[in-house]
Amino acid sequence: MSVTWESIKEGDTLPELKKKPGVSQLVKYAAGSGDFNPLHHDYNFFQSQAIGSIIVHGRFKYATLGECVSNWLGHNGRIKKISCQYRGMDFPDKEITCKGTVERKWEEGGEKLAELSVWTETEEGKNNTPGVVVVAF
Amino acid sequence: MAENFEITEEMQSQVGWTSQPWEYEITRTSVRAFARGVGYTDLVYYDVDEAKKAGYRDLPAPPTYLGTPIFIPGKSDEFLPFPPDAAPTIEHGLAGLLDGGTETEYFDTICAGDTLTCVNSLAGLFTKETKALGTMLIIALEATYTNQDGKVVAKQRSQVIHY
Repeated sequence: MSVTWESIKEGDTLPELKKKPGVSQLVKYAAGSGDFNPLHHDYNFFQSQAIGSIIVHGRFKYATLGECVSNWLGHNGRIKKISCQYRGMDFPDKEITCKGTVERKWEEGGEKLAELSVWTETEEGKNNTPGVVVVAF
Repeated sequence: MAENFEITEEMQSQVGWTSQPWEYEITRTSVRAFARGVGYTDLVYYDVDEAKKAGYRDLPAPPTYLGTPIFIPGKSDEFLPFPPDAAPTIEHGLAGLLDGGTETEYFDTICAGDTLTCVNSLAGLFTKETKALGTMLIIALEATYTNQDGKVVAKQRSQVIHY
């Protein structure tokens, strides 16, 4: 079941994607992305000690927003642009929920396009990673 | 953490700086490793037959894959996805490092088997006052990725924060 440009409308919500990355998942992400900043796996690193914990890679959250959109698209469209800002820290073993809504849809240059707002929420409901995605169908 | 950090003229003069090109091979193994790191269960990112059924030439690079480095000891940065000679040296003296944000603009699909050539550039330098971390330096970078056919397939804009 893939979405189509014709079937979506402004205000639609994307299925939520929930993640609860523990240290093992962050190590897998470090290996997969090549980002071995110790702040994301080493509790003895000076920055981790100053913060009191290791923290989830901002780019892990960016990638999960991409996964949330990819799951929704079901390869029936293509991401043209995906952005987010890292506004707050997330910590291991805490649930992160990826959410999204369709903000607008339009046609331009023969392409059927949609703009989405996407973001991640902490267990307390705080939006830590606001972003914008443009998809073409 | 800095109380009174300022961008010097010498730092500012580096804005517009452009790197030497650097090659990024997209491989099936690198796509699978990234997908596993994110936690994808969608087989299109792991199984070539599934990828082809979905209309791709080969395993597609998942969204936000770009930035995954090709690491060569002595040449690549330890943390950032660029070799030392592909990112400007800015003597800011700040120890803390955070990621501010990322934007990737795609002009075509990127799949395993592609070889991208990346040129990085320093788009701007900014400071931001914060209560928690003092004065932060924000380095805005723009990387342009060109594929083996000479087509620009993506641009990635990122903000690196030092404090």
